Amino acid sequence: MFQFSNECREEIRKELGRYETKESAIIRCLYISQRENKGWINSEIILALSKEMNIPESKINEVFKFYTMFNQKPVGKYHIQVCTNISCALNGSRELAEHICGELKLKSGEISSDGRFTVSKVECLGSCGTAPMMQVNDKYFENLTAESAMNILRGMK
Amino acid sequence: MEVKILTEHYGKEEFRSLNGYRKFLGYETLAKALKMQPQAIIDEVKASGLRGRGGAGFPTGMKWGFLPKNGETRYLLCNADEGEPGTFKDRMMMERAPHQLIEGMIISAFAIGSPKSYIYVRGEYDFPISCLEQAIKEAYDAGLLGKNIMGSGFDHDMDVYKGAGAYICGEETGMISSLEGKKGQPKLKPPFPAIQGYLKKPTIVNNVETLAAVTYIIRDGASTYKKYGTEKSTGTKLFSLSGNIVKPGNYEVPLGFPIIDLIYKLGGGMHPGRKLKAVIPGGSSAPVLTCAEVEKATLDYECLSGLGTMLGSGAVIVIDDSQCMVDLLGVLTHFYHHESCGQCTPCREGTGWLNKILHSILEGRGRLQDIDLLIKVADNMKGKTICALSDAAALPVLSFVSKFRDEFEFYVREGRSKVKGKSYAEMHH
Repeated sequence: MFQFSNECREEIRKELGRYETKESAIIRCLYISQRENKGWINSEIILALSKEMNIPESKINEVFKFYTMFNQKPVGKYHIQVCTNISCALNGSRELAEHICGELKLKSGEISSDGRFTVSKVECLGSCGTAPMMQVNDKYFENLTAESAMNILRGMK
Repeated sequence: MEVKILTEHYGKEEFRSLNGYRKFLGYETLAKALKMQPQAIIDEVKASGLRGRGGAGFPTGMKWGFLPKNGETRYLLCNADEGEPGTFKDRMMMERAPHQLIEGMIISAFAIGSPKSYIYVRGEYDFPISCLEQAIKEAYDAGLLGKNIMGSGFDHDMDVYKGAGAYICGEETGMISSLEGKKGQPKLKPPFPAIQGYLKKPTIVNNVETLAAVTYIIRDGASTYKKYGTEKSTGTKLFSLSGNIVKPGNYEVPLGFPIIDLIYKLGGGMHPGRKLKAVIPGGSSAPVLTCAEVEKATLDYECLSGLGTMLGSGAVIVIDDSQCMVDLLGVLTHFYHHESCGQCTPCREGTGWLNKILHSILEGRGRLQDIDLLIKVADNMKGKTICALSDAAALPVLSFVSKFRDEFEFYVREGRSKVKGKSYAEMHH
């Protein structure tokens, strides 16, 4: 049974009082949950969060399943998201994504055997003037080449 | 050439902090505004002709004027969900000048009588969110937010709301649903948010750039603001230039600026040996312009709407002659299919079919009649849904197919791209 740490519960408690209604805190609390569970969320966590927030599971699930930043499956320690939308595509991002997958011997969405990486192709991240780009966990890496992207990733242990 | 009003000090690192911002007269306009009658601020914004910079281009002062004239609590919601492909100006504004946005928001909140505002920022913008949170903290510590701001008797609280990855939350009623802790599904209008928005209270939703511009309208006066731009498209605007271009970036120019000058004079033109083929002038939802159309296009609401497209968010996406339009449209149909919230049937099903048909063409399984089928499906998606996403998905399809039909026909007949000479598998695997 999943349990939140005391620190986490304190964070959730703060979020619950931050907005006009406690429902508005669901997104932030899902982020906290995802961080606590190594980057993804399952039904056990939703249940724990439901108890913690005193909000029905169905309401939390509705939010959890709607937004793409919540992972419904496990991801690697470093979640690499390569934008493949139009401005990046015009600058070779789809080829970049394939290159990264090839070098890491992964298909998009899979976790590498050492658990370090997952590669996802994603929609526009607002980095169109510095294309192509990737987001690794919370951080943006821009103006990439196949070589610079791999150098960055090799440094992530 | 560039006219830097909003972006004048963006090159200075110190502009990001409260002390730095104050060196360049930051928050002096707020002090001035707090001594004005709120209605006088609204009138000045109306007189300036400022139109929403997020995409729809609705007159800001008029939007504010829809608020009920009673004491009901009202909210100000800053739309920083910047998700329109090609757009990256709000991100720069939040990173380089968070206090500029905050000052514009406090002035706007005072004008509309709002005690509470949120900045709804897309979840991926981790760094902009940290810049805003830091700046809001500084503003509270300096008495610029909270109770009795600058001794005026006006109270205002501000917070950042972090989204979680959904293009549809950039639509104002979708954003309100999301802020309320629900799926970001748009709501039927009317009632408009100004009457019934967040928690069913009157709510004004304005884009980052719109709210930041309010400060300069109050500082310099509407007549000075209107010196730039055209009669119906006043002021300056930030344009996000991207795609196949030598110097991509954000450029602030007066509305009415020729696209060709943005591309060649500011953007450094095309890469060596490449020719301009097409431009998407206002973010991915705006119908594409051919090279010939681009030559007469200026960046203002009237001209672009006269050319059957729109200014949108100001994202100018440049496409050169090495690009296959069938392939690029596949990128867009995939995007809209992914982002449809699923609430309205024409959009949920339509975006799916557009993407399926387009990809069957790309994978060499297309039939000639599929090209007309794309048009038929897209036509059936227009004006039939709660929000504009369905139209936004249909418009690129209609414009790409009608303006570059030969590329689509070639692709169907030969099973490969006319421009690249390759099949989809050869292009991307």
